[in-house]
Amino acid sequence: MAFVLFGVSVLIFSILMTFSPERRALAYISSPQQVKDIPMIVKQFGLDDPFHLQYLRWIKEISSGNFGYSVVAGQPVWDAFWKYFPVTLELNLFTSPLIIIIGIWLGMQAGIHYNTSIDHTTRIFAIIGWSLPTFLFSLIVLMIFYGYFSVFPPGIISDEFTLFIKENPDKYTQYTYLFTVDGLLNGRLDIFWDALKHLIMPIITQVTVVVALLLRVMRSSMIEEISKDYIITVRAKGADHKTIYHKHAKRNALIPVVTVAGWLVAFSMEGSIAIEIIFTRQGIGWWLATSAVQLDIPVLMAVCLFFGLVYVITNLIIDILYAYIDPRIRLT
Amino acid sequence: MTETHPRLKELKFTFYRIFRNPSAIIGFTLLIFFIVVAIGAPYIAPPKYPHNPYRMPHKGFSHTPKPPSSEAIFGTTSGQYDIFYGAVWGTRTAFRIGIFVVGISMLIGVTLGTISGYYGGILDELLMRFVDVVFAIPMLVLAMAIVVAFGRGLDNVMIALAMIGWRSYVRVMRSSILTLRELDYVQAAKIMGVSNLKIMLRHILPNGIYPVLVMAFMDIGSMVIVAAFMSFLGLGAPKGYADWGQMVALARNYIVGPPDDPLKYWFAIAIPGLCIILFVLAWNLIGDALRDAFDPKIRRG
Repeated sequence: MAFVLFGVSVLIFSILMTFSPERRALAYISSPQQVKDIPMIVKQFGLDDPFHLQYLRWIKEISSGNFGYSVVAGQPVWDAFWKYFPVTLELNLFTSPLIIIIGIWLGMQAGIHYNTSIDHTTRIFAIIGWSLPTFLFSLIVLMIFYGYFSVFPPGIISDEFTLFIKENPDKYTQYTYLFTVDGLLNGRLDIFWDALKHLIMPIITQVTVVVALLLRVMRSSMIEEISKDYIITVRAKGADHKTIYHKHAKRNALIPVVTVAGWLVAFSMEGSIAIEIIFTRQGIGWWLATSAVQLDIPVLMAVCLFFGLVYVITNLIIDILYAYIDPRIRLT
Repeated sequence: MTETHPRLKELKFTFYRIFRNPSAIIGFTLLIFFIVVAIGAPYIAPPKYPHNPYRMPHKGFSHTPKPPSSEAIFGTTSGQYDIFYGAVWGTRTAFRIGIFVVGISMLIGVTLGTISGYYGGILDELLMRFVDVVFAIPMLVLAMAIVVAFGRGLDNVMIALAMIGWRSYVRVMRSSILTLRELDYVQAAKIMGVSNLKIMLRHILPNGIYPVLVMAFMDIGSMVIVAAFMSFLGLGAPKGYADWGQMVALARNYIVGPPDDPLKYWFAIAIPGLCIILFVLAWNLIGDALRDAFDPKIRRG
């Protein structure tokens, strides 16, 4: 695990090093007048040193929390990260449970009713969901719900509330920086409701796209379990529908699903980039894409490292979950 | 001569399985349609700039899209680029992206996966740890970083995607080699003194390649999606290039029309969007049917 993080940092740094020292020196200047100082900056910060020296220096900077300056955010990367992170977190806090519940339930139904109309319908849904790029789907959702019906607005929260929160720090405390949670904690149902309304379109998009993937995995693993001998035995004993599918088959069918969970998380993160760009939600994905377009390199490096960290943590959780759902792993 | 080669017989059965599947028929129909459009592009939409046919012709510079008319049958998008022309030539772009990226990724992935799985040992260990690292960053994120480092442009997007795409092929190829390596017929070939290279190429690869093939079909679709999204962001194809993702980007400010007619500019998004969806759908449907046809567990069912 630690090795993966180390590898990611080397990989990211190698990509960064493909820039010329002069190009990287630009990150240290803030006004056009300083351009003439570039050779000096290169010398001063040792930007033409050998790879390993620069890498070690970079790691040292990072471990003290200095990730550089983000031009897009107009503030240091570390501070900007904590500004953008809650937005992404909030969306995922809403979508993850929905994705898990809907995806597993639909996959189970498709597996139980293998080769019937239910199965075919979910199959069509899954294939279309898979073929529909997230950014296009977001645009379509935006077109329908914002353009045509104008029920749900894009963005994070209405301007009036942004202003209110900014101007009344004594009446409204930002405990978590999640607008829905803060709204409830402050007893401001209108803010909660407003934030939720801004969340609906991203939720619809994210859930649909990821569920389409999850349900296929659940379906095929369910079909495989149902055809095993122990299910035939249970059936022969006269157990009812609930015992066969929910108590026996579902538990075993979940194991392959947990295996692909890491992949689903990666897919959701990729999807959140498109969603945040199109629904103009200033989260990590939005920050990354904007930085890529505006060549804000420190941000790219930091966000890549962040995604590496998420990957490592996800895999750690998956390993723990394995032991929890599969006693064979726990007991050996 | 009633006896046919067993491999040929299996192949025939596979084709029979594939074409009994309705999704494969839809998929292949769509794919053939796109191939015809891609090949016939110079006849369907004669280029205005013969030396650079991927540049979309445009009449005027007005930002507002114009609805379909007799002059431009699909209408024009922002900047007055002809949507029909872009849709036709964009097919070629999509094929180029998909086949180049998946071809290179598959070549690298299958080669490394076969060698790593067959020989094992320290080489295998090192390679797999490297793949672990590459896997830790989502494709799109890593591709963005590489494109920023190499510079914008469709070619660089394709190179970046190929540089990352091989990672999944290595894993899939390696795992199927690991099981095949231990089978009796491979051991027998080894004892008979067949060279390692010949065992890999003749005895292991033909049996282990199926999961990779299924993945490749599915991958063409997802690579086209990623490339389209990067063009949409402005990292890929330049403005005015016949690329579906770029065309969606052109229309992006016109998702919502004037208040009295909110869906006025639907064609500017819907036509390039539909092209992407159908193209990806074609490959996914075929991939899905191939998986069912190749899967030994449900193959004879």
